[in-house]
Amino acid sequence: MKVKYFAWVRERVGRAEETVEPPASVRTVEDLMAWLARRGETYAYAFERPRVIRAAIDHAHVKSDAVIAGAREIAFFPPMTGG
Amino acid sequence: MTARVTIRIQEADFDVAREIAALTQGRTDIGAVVSFSGICRGSEGGDAVAALTLEHYPEMAEAEIARHAETAMSRWPLSGLTVVHRVGRIAAGENIVLVLTASQHRQAAFQAAEFLMDYLKANAPFWKRAESTAGTGWVEARHHDDAAAARWTKS
Repeated sequence: MKVKYFAWVRERVGRAEETVEPPASVRTVEDLMAWLARRGETYAYAFERPRVIRAAIDHAHVKSDAVIAGAREIAFFPPMTGG
Repeated sequence: MTARVTIRIQEADFDVAREIAALTQGRTDIGAVVSFSGICRGSEGGDAVAALTLEHYPEMAEAEIARHAETAMSRWPLSGLTVVHRVGRIAAGENIVLVLTASQHRQAAFQAAEFLMDYLKANAPFWKRAESTAGTGWVEARHHDDAAAARWTKS
């Protein structure tokens, strides 16, 4: 699946998007954040406070307990500040 | 007549008068247009702000604004609406966002415009980075924006 990062999540991770293949044990958005956080120092920094990070699956907002199976694109970003 | 819905995300500035004309041109069923412009404030908490840079998630931003536009169209008897959101670097005093709502009567237009702005602020995937005398950094989300959006939720 494709993973995208925005704003300070993108800056901390050090890239805007990538393709990842997490194991089947990674079921939810929350699991995916914990799994990503173990990929390296930049990821650990980006996901050090997973509760403040918002997520979207295929361009729609989801909660952290949303199941990721079947997702094409998952995005992680801080709370929105547009408008 | 069918409702006119225009949604654009762009770097360029917008002309409010021209957008209103496009929304109302050739129609005699519209009795009210409400216009809201969000403008880049030149100060924040005592610090002078030179500019904001807006980042967005293009595919999701369009989808999210379209969803909110549909909700507004279904909740109020609107003749049309326009949402223009700018991205990129926006200097203090420049426009950031425009919401126009048109209806036969003012109440629906006022309420729908407020609803759209509250939802855009809380849910549309845009992020502001500020250049100010305090340094350059991401603008923190405000809790009252979430609260403002939540008050439109029907129980």
